[in-house]
Parts: sequence; structure tokens; C-alpha cells
Amino acid sequence: MNLKNTNPTLYYLQRAGFYLLVLVIGVYLLAPFFWAVLTSLRSPGDLFLTPLEFIGARTTFSNYADVFANPNFQRGLIYSLIVAVGSVAISLLLGAFSAYALGRFRFSGKSIVMYVILAVSVFPQIAVLSGLYTLINNLGLYNNPLGLILSYLIFTIPFTVWVLTSFVRDIPGELEEAALVDGASPLQTLFLVLFPVMMPALVTTGLLAFINAWNEYLFALTFTSTNRTVPVVIANYSGATQFDQPWGQIMAASIVVTVPLIILVLVFQRNIVSGLTAGAVKG
Amino acid sequence: MTVKTPVPAAPVKSRGIEAARARTALWLLLPTLIAIALVAGYPLYRTIYFSLFEANLTSPDQRTFIGLGNFWFTTEDGVALGFLQDPKWWGAVKNTLLFTVVSVFLETVFGMIIALVVNSAFRGRGFLRTAMLVPWAIPTVVSAQMWAYLYNDSFGLIGRGLLGGQAVLANTDSAIWALIAVDVWKTTSFMALLILAGLQSLPSDMYEAADMDGASKWTQFWRLTLPLLRPALLVALVFRSLDALRVFDVMSVMLGNVNAASTSMTGYARQALIDNQLLGLGSAVSVAVFVIIMVIVVMYVTAFRVKFD
Repeated sequence: MNLKNTNPTLYYLQRAGFYLLVLVIGVYLLAPFFWAVLTSLRSPGDLFLTPLEFIGARTTFSNYADVFANPNFQRGLIYSLIVAVGSVAISLLLGAFSAYALGRFRFSGKSIVMYVILAVSVFPQIAVLSGLYTLINNLGLYNNPLGLILSYLIFTIPFTVWVLTSFVRDIPGELEEAALVDGASPLQTLFLVLFPVMMPALVTTGLLAFINAWNEYLFALTFTSTNRTVPVVIANYSGATQFDQPWGQIMAASIVVTVPLIILVLVFQRNIVSGLTAGAVKG
Repeated sequence: MTVKTPVPAAPVKSRGIEAARARTALWLLLPTLIAIALVAGYPLYRTIYFSLFEANLTSPDQRTFIGLGNFWFTTEDGVALGFLQDPKWWGAVKNTLLFTVVSVFLETVFGMIIALVVNSAFRGRGFLRTAMLVPWAIPTVVSAQMWAYLYNDSFGLIGRGLLGGQAVLANTDSAIWALIAVDVWKTTSFMALLILAGLQSLPSDMYEAADMDGASKWTQFWRLTLPLLRPALLVALVFRSLDALRVFDVMSVMLGNVNAASTSMTGYARQALIDNQLLGLGSAVSVAVFVIIMVIVVMYVTAFRVKFD
């Protein structure tokens, strides 16, 4: 503030430098995504153009039409949706039970349970890959979305339990005590009293878990052969007729699976930051 | 011979409530504990078990016990079969560690800069905060494909434009740096979000006092911001390091599974297990990855006394 009066030149230089930094950061964060969007809107022949010509080239939605006409991609979208929704629904239900127990009850061995759950969330997925592979094969769930739903619980459950527990702790105890005095059972208390209060937390946690499940690659690649989820389809995308990589279509497919996430993230911006910090940063 | 257990005395009423509450808690936790045992405990046990056997993925029942032979074994002819004797494994370890150290370091520095910028008042702050969420929201596989395209030597903005048609991903030594750039782009946002949340919890009156005392912004950063941010920063560091150590997607998508095996520990393990169908050897490598990561977690937690709760 003072600098503006005492040394205006330095002040405006500093301001200019600051806005330059802002610009650099903005371009750094958005340019690759912008270029992907642009490529998805250009015809394959335009890929050879110089960047400036490329920007000015004719916009076409043919890549999107091709992508949506691709049966692998269609199936990928459906399977991704089934798998992500399934694993998130199970995790939220189990997570809410556990969070209620861990956030509201005192019992011996509680901290051990908390540490076991935390330990599972730092598991490298590869450590269970061979065990899970044989388990899924024995259960006859190879190439079945149920197998993926089951295996995704390994990261969605610890996450939901951990985040929901920190939310439950912050709910004032009077609500629950009142319900207990009225003779409600613990399950009634959970479903009728705590669930409505926990709704924002459940939505946030569910959304974050959904993003993780939607993006998962290693298990999806390993436990399925034809019933691929969308990340695996995108990673192995090949056009119907072209010999080279159909970059326009790959970018279009990428945009299709990303834009819904970006919209969700933007809508729930505030909740997400609090959800992330509840899950990751404590202390 | 039977031993009669003494009948417990009737518990005092309040202890009865406590015990009932504890029993309820156990019932509430039970589904989660069963699920965790099924998807984490049992598979981990099976992985460790298989690591001691020679077995094929297609016929796990026909296995022979070979102890630690998957880890270290030399035949009478002098052929080294244990993966710890494979230079490719050590290359993967080296590349993963390099990837982790460099990318987490850069993410922390960039994340800190972005968080500090976004934390100060200026026109367009809301826009930049929103922009921050974009790379984070993009699936890893998608960002890997986006960057594979940018690096492409005949079409890519970077590969054709900046590098003049060099295929940067074709050479493992240069590829690792290209991959680091991708990971930094993708996850700096996450770091910045966590740091920003930490910054916003710092009391502003302290900075006013520091201003009064004439401390420069630079001093304030090193003496106030950084020490106070330490707990948040450390937890973020641990989580990012763990993610980087178990990295697989970026390598697999951008380099293919064959080259991913020499750039990431997980890629090496998966190649042995799935592509080569070596259930025993692949499990042994997985156990090694697990041990390495757990050792690093314990080192982090004890060295910095990180608190999670």
C-alpha cells in the first residue's frame, strides 16, 4: 500500500510481474487441456498443419460422432458407470456404518482399527494384484464388472471411512443423544438422524471416491479382457480404419470422459477442498 | 478334564451400557472389516504365499515350493533367476525413485508458488482457483494420452515444435524426464489445493504483527508461513510420495507395458505377473514393492513425526 505512494514505478513493476506470474500459471494449467479440446474438434487431415493454421482450421464434430459410434467406447462408458457407482454405493454404506462407530462410540481397539484402515489406504495396489487375480478367477468374476466393483473396494472403503469419520466427529452429539433418549436403536439413529446431517459429507466423499474409481487403470486392465472400463479403452484406442494413432478421436474420447468430472468438480468446488483436506491433511 | 469358568458377576448398570455400546460399534464395523479382510488382507496373504512358490498364473494349483528362490536363485549352470539379480529390476527401482524424488519436489515447489499466488487478493483469483482444479480432475490415463500426443514427434506441439521431431519417449533416459513433466503437471494442483487449505487456516493477525515489526515478505514466508505449514505440508508430501512410488498408469500408457517394466517397479511386477504369467516371481516382486513402500512410510512417519489424526 505504501509503496504505491513512495515508489510508484516499483509498485507497478511488482504488480506487472505478479500478473505475468498469474498468466504463466494459468497457461501452464490449462494449455494442454485446451490443446486436447482443440484437437478433438479438428479433422484428422489438419493434424499436419502448423500450430497457428491448426487453431484457425475448420471446426468439426466428426471425431465425437466416431467416438460415440465406437462400440468399445460405448461399452466402456457403461461398464465404467456400473463399476464406479457400484463400488461407491457399497463403500458409502459400509463407510457410514464404520464412521458412526468410529466417530461416536468408545471401545477398546478403536485406534487399531483406525490404523488398519489407514494402512490399507497406503497399500500399493500391486501388492494385492496376484492374490486378487486368483481370488477373482476362483469366484468366476474375471471380465465381470462385479470383479472390478469388489477390487475397487480396496481403495474406496478406507477413503470413505476415513473422511466420513472426521465429518461424523464434528456433528454435535446432542442430536444423537436425543434420539437415544427417545428409544431409537443405533441403526434408526444412523439412518434417521445422522444420515440427513451427513448428506453433504456423503455427497462429497461419494464424488471423490467416484472420481478415483472412474479413473482406476491397473485393476481394470488386469481383471478384464473385453468388458473394459473407459480408461482402458482410451489407453488402447485404435481407430476402425486408420493405420496411425487416431489422435483426434483419442482426444475426443478423452474430453468426453473428462468433461463430466470437471463439471462435477466445479459445481462441488468448496466441498471437494474440504473433503480432500479431511481425508489427507489432519494436524 | 474340564475347567469351570467362573460366572461373571452382574455388571454395574453404566458398564452395561458401555459394553452394549461397544458391541453395537463392533456390529457397525463388522461389514467394513469383512470387506477389508476380503479385498486387502486375504489377497495380500495370498501374494506373500505365492511369492515362495514357483507357479504359473494359468495353473496356480500346480506349484512347487522354492522358498526365497524367486528373490535370489542361481542354477548350477550359473544362471541367475531371482529378480534381485536382474539389472532391469534395479533400473526400474532407480527410475521410480528418481521419478518420485524429482516430481514430488517440483510439485511441492510449484504447488507452494501457486497456492501463495492464489491466496493473495487480485483480479481473476476466482478464475485461477477454478483452473487449478482442471488438471487434478482429469483422469491419469487421459492426461497421459494428452501428453503422449503433445510429445508425438510428427504431430505434437512439444515433440514436433519444441524438440524438432525428436521422439522423446522412445529413449528411456529422456522418457523419464518427460514422464516427470506429465506427473508434475497433473498433480501440482493437488499439492497446491492442500497447501492453500493450510494457508487459509493460518491466523492473519500474526502477519499484521509481522508487518508492524517491519519483517519483509520474504522473512515472513521463511519464519512464519513455512514452519506453520509444516504439518499440512508433510502429510501432503507423504501421500504424494506414496502415489509416485506406486506409479503405473503414466508409464503404461505413454511407454507401453514392455518399457513400463523398466521405468516403474509396479510395471516390472505387472509384467512378470501378467504378461509373463509368472505367478510366483510376480508375487515376489509385488512383495518387494510393498516392503519398499512400507519402509519409506515408516521412515517418513518416524523422521518427521507425522500425525494423521
